[in-house]
Amino acid sequence: MITATINNIQVEVPEGTTILWAAKKANVNIPTLCFHPDLKPGGQCGVCVVEIEGIPGLSRSCVTPLGEGFRVRTHSPKVMNARKEIVEMILANHDTDCLTCIKNNSCELQGLAATLGISTVEYAKLAERLPIDRSSVSIVRDPNKCILCGRCIQVCSNVQTVNALAVNHRGYDTVIGTAFSAGLGNSVCINCGQCVVHCPVGALYENSSVEAVWQALHDPDKFVVVQEAPAVRAMLGEEFGMPPGSLVTGRMYAALRRLGFDAVLDTNFSADLTIMEEGTELVSRLKSGQKLPLITSCSPGWIKFMETFFHDMIPHMSTAKSPQQMFGALAKTYYAQAKGIAPEKIVSVSVMPCTAKKFECLRPEMKASGYQDVDYVLTTREIGRMIREAGLDLKELPEEEADDIMGEYTGAGTIFGATGGVMEAAIRSAYFLVTGRELENLDVQPVRGLKGIKEAEIDIDGTKVKVAVAHSGGQARALLQKVQQQMATEGKSEYQFIEVMACPGGCVGGGGQSWGSNMAKRARRGEALYEDDKARSHRRSHENRSVLAVYEQFLGKPNSERSHELLHTYYQKRSPVDGKVINE
Amino acid sequence: MSLVRNHVLLSIDAGTVMAGARAVEKALVEEIAKQGLTDEIAVLETGSVGTVGQGVVMVVYPEGVYYSNVTPEDVPELVEEHLLKGRPLKRLMLAETPKQAVITKEKAGLLKEQPRIVLRNCGVIDPEKIDEYIAEEGYMAIGNALTSMKPEDVLEEVKRSGLVGRGGASFPTAMKWEFARRAPGDIKYLICNADEGEPGTFKDRLILEGDPHKLIEGMLLAGYAVGASKGFVYIRGEYALSIERLEKAIAQARDYGLLGVNILESNFSFDIFVMKGAGAYVCGEETALIESLEGKRGHPRIKPPFPANAGLWGKPTVVNNVETLANVSEIIRNGADWFRGYGTEKCPGTKVYTIIGNVATPGLIEAEMGTTLRDIIYEYAGGIQGGKKFKGALIGGAAGAFLGPDMLDVQMDFVNLKEYAAVLGSGAILVMDEGADVVDLLQSVLHFFKHESCGHCAPCRLGTAQLVKLIDRIAVSKGSREDLNKLLRISDVMRDTSFCPLGQSPYLPISSSIKYFGDEIGARIR
Repeated sequence: MITATINNIQVEVPEGTTILWAAKKANVNIPTLCFHPDLKPGGQCGVCVVEIEGIPGLSRSCVTPLGEGFRVRTHSPKVMNARKEIVEMILANHDTDCLTCIKNNSCELQGLAATLGISTVEYAKLAERLPIDRSSVSIVRDPNKCILCGRCIQVCSNVQTVNALAVNHRGYDTVIGTAFSAGLGNSVCINCGQCVVHCPVGALYENSSVEAVWQALHDPDKFVVVQEAPAVRAMLGEEFGMPPGSLVTGRMYAALRRLGFDAVLDTNFSADLTIMEEGTELVSRLKSGQKLPLITSCSPGWIKFMETFFHDMIPHMSTAKSPQQMFGALAKTYYAQAKGIAPEKIVSVSVMPCTAKKFECLRPEMKASGYQDVDYVLTTREIGRMIREAGLDLKELPEEEADDIMGEYTGAGTIFGATGGVMEAAIRSAYFLVTGRELENLDVQPVRGLKGIKEAEIDIDGTKVKVAVAHSGGQARALLQKVQQQMATEGKSEYQFIEVMACPGGCVGGGGQSWGSNMAKRARRGEALYEDDKARSHRRSHENRSVLAVYEQFLGKPNSERSHELLHTYYQKRSPVDGKVINE
Repeated sequence: MSLVRNHVLLSIDAGTVMAGARAVEKALVEEIAKQGLTDEIAVLETGSVGTVGQGVVMVVYPEGVYYSNVTPEDVPELVEEHLLKGRPLKRLMLAETPKQAVITKEKAGLLKEQPRIVLRNCGVIDPEKIDEYIAEEGYMAIGNALTSMKPEDVLEEVKRSGLVGRGGASFPTAMKWEFARRAPGDIKYLICNADEGEPGTFKDRLILEGDPHKLIEGMLLAGYAVGASKGFVYIRGEYALSIERLEKAIAQARDYGLLGVNILESNFSFDIFVMKGAGAYVCGEETALIESLEGKRGHPRIKPPFPANAGLWGKPTVVNNVETLANVSEIIRNGADWFRGYGTEKCPGTKVYTIIGNVATPGLIEAEMGTTLRDIIYEYAGGIQGGKKFKGALIGGAAGAFLGPDMLDVQMDFVNLKEYAAVLGSGAILVMDEGADVVDLLQSVLHFFKHESCGHCAPCRLGTAQLVKLIDRIAVSKGSREDLNKLLRISDVMRDTSFCPLGQSPYLPISSSIKYFGDEIGARIR
């Protein structure tokens, strides 16, 4: 243990604790800007500096471990002056059109300037305006807002191991950009949006579809259907000041109905459908022993990651589309027929915790219905803005139900939003599909939680099935490299089934979540989904009556020809240089 | 050799090559052949003889006559007059012969003899011939060390010598070695920092060009002391001749079994690899250098951990400057006590300077620690050009400090200069005569920092840009008193909060220029 004083208050902390964390023990919040609790500190901004007796200059508290006997001052005149000067210089170079900025009132720089009481900026504005990068269908990057804190690079390189973003040029000309400055849309970016949720300012945000959706809603000739991803119900409350992990399913339906959506349906329904397709696929691969391990395909960030960096895994991928795209394919076919609506009049909107879904819905192959299956994807943040714009406060709305025939869901569908959820849901149904009996203990604890790579062995009537779950690009890369190595040396992998989600924590940690995210919040949202699961009367996908009805009335049976036509897809190799499809 | 009557040492360094040294060499060899003197006159290439800006330079021995600004057209006359008839050609002789730069071992003329530790062989031997280095007792130190000294003994000897780093930070060399030696791990690395980027500094280049084997021997000794088996020389990519000579020297040392496995039949194995930098000033900072060596962007790292514990590829690593390592073989061969006979009690040894600006003979100088600035300028560099008055000097390059006209008698060493809020830094001395414009100089210094800021941290990236904006305004007499205050204020905050020494540096030239030349700068305020 280290004993030292911070502002004359004695603290005792384990060796290696940084001054920033130690100060919290003395109830002092040292202001920070580039620091993020989930990322390795880079020491870029210099805002968190403190004075340590006997050490010349000021030290960055985010990276300096507290030393024995240190006498630290966090708010000495020298420190306070330095902090202000730095933030003033940052502000002088920052595009301060705060009122029209997407981050207005959520901006960490804005908050910091207020905390430090900065009233004037004495420095010359030197920056020239740079073009905004709109090359990506998912993410917009505005270099004029960027303060070069480096968080986006940290998360893109170290957490996701995508390395789409890097530092270009140097010194005063430094900008964050992609290889060849070609823009995110022409890079290996997987659209996961982790850069967006880690950006402290308004330099990174989703490519918004709010205006387009308003237009559709206001168009009397259109029939606008909406689906909401599992994770959205566990995070939308935060847009309205509710604590992370508040489950707002019923209020969400109410809000969407009041916005004018003609049918409020649910992606959880198609999550259950996904399990029917993917579970059946798993069972048939287990029987044949072919193309194992089977790897899940729900996460569009993961799909592009795999297509770019793991070409040899393409045969192992489940061909099942993601729940969003299954929903989309059925909305303009099955739903349109059942409700007697012309499919061309249907506008299919999805609300997702995700920025990569915007890319997924525009993939050219996602037109199984003969139309673009999903027309617009809104992030949780965007739907939050729309609800507020409509004068609604989610907290005050009543709990309502989803509309029929694609609104019912089971506990298995809802846990799709947390890492390990797809795996758990699949196990519940695969057990039934193989044995004809129901799995008794439905809680597959080893695949839950935020551990990087989770493993479990399931006994299905004497057949041992080894499964693994990875969340984040980095963990996926590590797991797949292990699989590659096993296949190269032993001819097969120890795993039969693998779930991968591109974002840390799964969809509850997606790039479309509310600003100011961290792993603790992601964990609470995940827990909320498991509570939702526990509270459902049905917790297995094959018990979803609406799903069973689709098969009876429309698809036949899982993995049928029609299912394959509408609910399954294929993958293409992409260049690890620019992320474009390689035409062989 | 015995038949040879005259040796013509042709200085081959970047400056002289650009001035046409190769063409002169060719003409010389042809002319000598034409005159039938090939058996009597040997033409040898050597490193810099210590001159700068004097065109093609050569020395004719045994007379020790220096010629400068030699062109191929001069060659027939020179050969005819001096080499055939023995009459030195006055019109090409270096003014005021012999110069401070003369590498004769005897005291010459009015000028002080330079104590030569680091530069002992520079300009004397052919740097491309390992045998010439060996003839000057080269590789004797490593031979002794491997046969009769334990690594700890080598470390102890260097510790006793009081050698501190010559790259600018003056950290005790042996202490650095000891940290790395004690750090757990089987694999350790030694890096020679030859990324000399401080403006006005070119001493390492000239050491490398003039005596590359000395660096190799120093690295061998350091590697032995630290327990490293691989050494890297991270060298400025622009130093083409240094790279060529160093690579040649490494190949020769390998041939002689002085690099590689079981050197001199000992258990010590060591090899050296040359890595070229791409010219970023910040890569002279040791952690940025390591990042660059690893193939990454040259950004400084967070410390701790320090390189001695986790450096190159996470392994314990020592990073030493060229000049530092060039001292090591002399210390081991002659002993720490001998080394301490040079310089001052607190700061033993010598320092190699590059002296530029308004002096009569700019160039490379080696002087004892503690030598006064006056002696360096007037005894070694021939005084101020054109007999003008001394106005001041910028010591230590852009990251250094200005000294004013009343500072001529300051003792130049790492310890003493601190008392005057100055630094020896890289050993660059830029001398200003009475006509020099301090604001111009400060302006170019601040532009340099803006250009070289890596952009990683906000205080440096934004601060250097603001400083440039302010000095540009002051330089054209449009600045205000408040602008001057801001210069100080920003650079002060940068000194306290910048991530690495680059951003911490502008304060020193700014504060010292205001201290010594406040009136002059104030006169530029509108």
